[in-house]
Amino acid sequence: MYQTNYHRPSSVQEAVKLIGGAAEGKYLAGGMTLIATMKQRLAAPSDLVDLRHIAELKGITVNGRSVRIGAATTHHDVASSAELEAVCPAICALASHIGDPHVRHMGTIGGSIANNDPAADYPAAMLALDATIVTNSRQIAAADFFTGLFETALDDGEIITAITFDAPAKAAYQKFPNPASRYAMAGVFVARRDNGEVRVAVTGAGSNGVFRHQGMEAALAGNWSPDAVGNISVDASDLLTDLHASAAYRAKLIKVMTKRAVAAA
Amino acid sequence: MAKITMTVNGRQVSGTCDDRTLLVHFIRENLGLTGTHVGCETSQCGACVIHMDGLSVKSCSILAVQAAGSSITTIEGLAKDGELHPVQAAFKAHHGLQCGFCTPGMVMTAVDMIARHGSNLDEATVRAELEGNICRCTGYHNIVKAILAAAGEMGGVRQAAE
Amino acid sequence: MGVEGIGARVARKEDKRFLTGKGRYTDDMSVPGMKYAVFVRSPHAHAKIKSIDATAAKAMPGVIDVLDGKQLTADGIGNLICGWMIHSKDGSPMRMGAWRPLADETVRYVGDAVAVVVADSVNEARDAAEAVIVDYDPLPVVTDPVKALADGQPQLHPEAPNNMIFDWELGDAAATDAAIAAAAHVTEVKILNNRLSPNAMEPRAALGIYDSGDDHYTCYTTSQNPHLARLVMSAFYNVAPENKLRVIAPDVGGGFGSKIYIYPEEIVCLWASKRTGVPVKWTCDRTEAFLTDAHGRDHVSTVKMAFDSANKITALKVDTIANLGAYMSLFSSCVPTYLYATLLSGQYDIPAIHANVRTVYTNTAPVDAYRGAGRPEATYLLERTMETAARELGLSPAELRRINFIRSFPHQTPVIMNYDAGDYEASLNAAMAAADWDGFAARKEEAERRGMKRGIGMSCYIEACGLAPSSAVGSLGAGVGLWESAEVRVNAVGTIEVMTGSHSHGQGHETTFAQLVADRFGVPIDSVNIVHGDTDKVQMGMGTYGSRSGAVGMSAVAKALDKVEAKAKKIAAHLMEADESDIVIENGELKVAGTDKSVPWFQMALAAYTAHNLPAGMEPGLKEGAFYDPSNFTFPAGCYICEVEVDPDTGQTEIIQFVAADDFGNIINPMIVEGQVHGGLAQGIGQALLEGVHYDPENGQLLTASYMDYAMPRADDLPSFKVSTSNTPCPNNPLGVKGCGEAGAIGSPPALINAITDAIGNNALTMPATPEKVWAAAHAAN
Repeated sequence: MYQTNYHRPSSVQEAVKLIGGAAEGKYLAGGMTLIATMKQRLAAPSDLVDLRHIAELKGITVNGRSVRIGAATTHHDVASSAELEAVCPAICALASHIGDPHVRHMGTIGGSIANNDPAADYPAAMLALDATIVTNSRQIAAADFFTGLFETALDDGEIITAITFDAPAKAAYQKFPNPASRYAMAGVFVARRDNGEVRVAVTGAGSNGVFRHQGMEAALAGNWSPDAVGNISVDASDLLTDLHASAAYRAKLIKVMTKRAVAAA
Repeated sequence: MAKITMTVNGRQVSGTCDDRTLLVHFIRENLGLTGTHVGCETSQCGACVIHMDGLSVKSCSILAVQAAGSSITTIEGLAKDGELHPVQAAFKAHHGLQCGFCTPGMVMTAVDMIARHGSNLDEATVRAELEGNICRCTGYHNIVKAILAAAGEMGGVRQAAE
Repeated sequence: MGVEGIGARVARKEDKRFLTGKGRYTDDMSVPGMKYAVFVRSPHAHAKIKSIDATAAKAMPGVIDVLDGKQLTADGIGNLICGWMIHSKDGSPMRMGAWRPLADETVRYVGDAVAVVVADSVNEARDAAEAVIVDYDPLPVVTDPVKALADGQPQLHPEAPNNMIFDWELGDAAATDAAIAAAAHVTEVKILNNRLSPNAMEPRAALGIYDSGDDHYTCYTTSQNPHLARLVMSAFYNVAPENKLRVIAPDVGGGFGSKIYIYPEEIVCLWASKRTGVPVKWTCDRTEAFLTDAHGRDHVSTVKMAFDSANKITALKVDTIANLGAYMSLFSSCVPTYLYATLLSGQYDIPAIHANVRTVYTNTAPVDAYRGAGRPEATYLLERTMETAARELGLSPAELRRINFIRSFPHQTPVIMNYDAGDYEASLNAAMAAADWDGFAARKEEAERRGMKRGIGMSCYIEACGLAPSSAVGSLGAGVGLWESAEVRVNAVGTIEVMTGSHSHGQGHETTFAQLVADRFGVPIDSVNIVHGDTDKVQMGMGTYGSRSGAVGMSAVAKALDKVEAKAKKIAAHLMEADESDIVIENGELKVAGTDKSVPWFQMALAAYTAHNLPAGMEPGLKEGAFYDPSNFTFPAGCYICEVEVDPDTGQTEIIQFVAADDFGNIINPMIVEGQVHGGLAQGIGQALLEGVHYDPENGQLLTASYMDYAMPRADDLPSFKVSTSNTPCPNNPLGVKGCGEAGAIGSPPALINAITDAIGNNALTMPATPEKVWAAAHAAN
């Protein structure tokens, strides 16, 4: 790891000010990706601004079906929230399968979303839940937030403070893990609203990161059952091929995971 | 350089280190507690698992400065008054270790796992909960057995105390 | 057997320190003034080094020095060697290219060390390593062993035209060809054995300490055989003469073969310590381990197995190309030859066998022995071929094996080995019963109703452990003897220290070796200490690998115990004025049989040291040593059965049950033996299902350089195992033991692949059977 300077603010305002004063500053949430990246000398922030000690970034609020999750809420806290479980068990289940127990004790929803790893789980949930990413300066629709591999709509110094969404009628997430890293090789989050609207978001497979699959959404809107996607084709041309899986196989997995998510929802 | 203070195994300790120093290196080198190990750089093997403020974490993925002010338990802090912790005793009774290198992380993981699940653990849950800990010697068979035995024993102890 | 004697399920003496964080591994060592080494490694798989400029690096904070290969060469440090000479079938010796501890002219794989930085901290050393400017002239690359043999390919070493190291054969080619020509049926298969990374959880490390006052070196290192390390570093690498070099392998966190070899790093740490005047510690990180730890396996083979009309095997012909990587590692040459082809008869009576093995240089990490070493390759080849043949011949897998089992012993195979004892059908029957083989059809039907494909597969393996005797392995080219030493020291208070040349890095020797002593003298194991891993404490030893510690290491202890026992009885007889032939040792007492006269063990020991009243002419003290050289290999064998369910939608394989029925001969501690089997099974299952080292064929970059890309078996990849043992004692050592450390890794891969191919109805599947491969094969079959 290269040299860096650590800061520990206690408010969002202080954090923003610290990052503004840094040459190449980075926010440090749980650090589960950033520290590993720095250890491999693939990132070299001059300054790290730790968000773990800002009380206003933490906590889960459920109001009717309206959900607010503070950005610094850990995966463990999302997974084990009874309030959240009551309205949107799918997101609890998703959080309970991110990384491993130790990673879940440190990693946060805000950190995961800001990083936008193409194999991360949360971005799929954000898209399918039509979530809003709340920052210190604005609100960004998930649809506009994830802009490419490890790319988001966040400006320099902008900080995610919370995630909000309305809990759907039905939702589930199914992932097929990479046998080595256990990240999603294809992960599908499905959500169905009371009005019949369906969203299907796919992570781990797209060559440009998380995406929605309109074909399956339309099919499932017409018929909310696993069989509905049987005849839908998933185009492999925009999917990743790597050491672990070809695009064609990922296309196959997307369909299977979608079916299983619908069955589980 | 940062001067940091934290509580480790019940004792307050202070030390000076680079901001870039990982918690595991602070524990091993500054504090001389070499029971916590490093087996990879990608946060997967779990040889470095400790407890920070009561939760299991990977000390190779946390800066020492991040842990300033917190309360840390390492493998050295588990046995009390020379008596093995029930999880340590179960690992010994069930041959849940061979070379011993992953063992501190496994034991710290098991203690955390049992704290969260109590004696309701079953084999499938234990295996799933071990996702962040790699052992190359045991094939996990006896680790799983030891954790289930310890969970049963600790559950039993808790019930008796209630 | 007593509660702590031979055969007892004794909890391990060494566990407490590991469980409380008090294990002492090499990286835990710290000495005053110690500095840290980081290696500058080649990012190219093949290149000429034009220049190395360390000026900027040397000026960086905390840097003590930067040293390179030219300095190492100037100081007379020798080339790394391969210690087993193999001759090609034309009689020419193997063609060994030079391996410099720090490359000074050419780098031949990604990770080849070119320089070392010594600095106050690891971080500073790493900062400076990045600032060392190495000017490379890249050369073309070859990573595929088959391609590397062809004309016009990049050449790694001038000594080895077409990159071929040797072209070796074993067996009778003419007889084999004739039998194949006359066969009723010939099964032909192509077998790939995937390249693996050993992945001991403790990364390699070395601490070199040079003491200028005595011109003496100490090396703490992660070694399975510190004495061999000292011998090789003295005799071949010119680090220091043996009397000026102490090698200590303290607690070692797993080896699996990868810590047998003497690598560049420990040599360089010792040399750099003298150069810089400070103790130098290096600790490998995991990516460095993936790059530089010797890999295992990597064979490409074609097989022909001939049968007569009664389904008896009449011949086996094998052609193998083995990838040895960029350099010949210490025992790399014997793995695909004498540890491989000699086992090709398996458990079967095969009249004619011929194996041809070509070994090849490629721009990849060196390949050497990894858990099983040659025997897994032989077993996988043979048991996949047997399974294929059974399917072709329309026989059940068990039936074909039963027809061909060797049933009388000793049995001379056509490939050197003389099997001493065994009962293969007993293991097969035990495994089939434990797996409820007969109930499989119903289970398959039930799975089918759930949309799952269920399959079952078996593997009948044999292995050879405890390579011996030394004269025999010497005649086959080994550069070392393969005996073991032991010394038993009885202290004046009766406690006992056993010095052994074996090395424990997870095997539990501190317990099992002590059980041997407890069994013999009836003393508690807590009064017995096992001392190993330090060349200053144990005179000489050959270390631990090849499942040899029981059969060879413990036999040496048993021999030394014989001598101690004889002297102890003489002393006791003298003290009790009895005849020494009437003395028996029980429960820590030496008794005169048939009387109530006895002397406690400690009192006899005290008498040996006070020497006030010893038999006339007897030397004081009680300390005896032994060197034990076995008369033959041992031959553990067994049958493994695996049952799987394949999800046809994803290709995901779930192991429903894994049964292991092994014959290890006599067993010292069943708990530890079971643990060895579990671990071996996990590694074998890892090979079959998950693990594989991949290089980019274009540029030789390692694609599986971390746990993000190299799939290690985790707890939820594996089931709990059903293991059992039968016991045909080994007739060739005093304990009747055979060795159990590698069996699991040897026998399991074919059982798993046989099960998956059975489930999907397609025999064309290579390891690792990743979900995508299985999915594709399942769909190709339909």
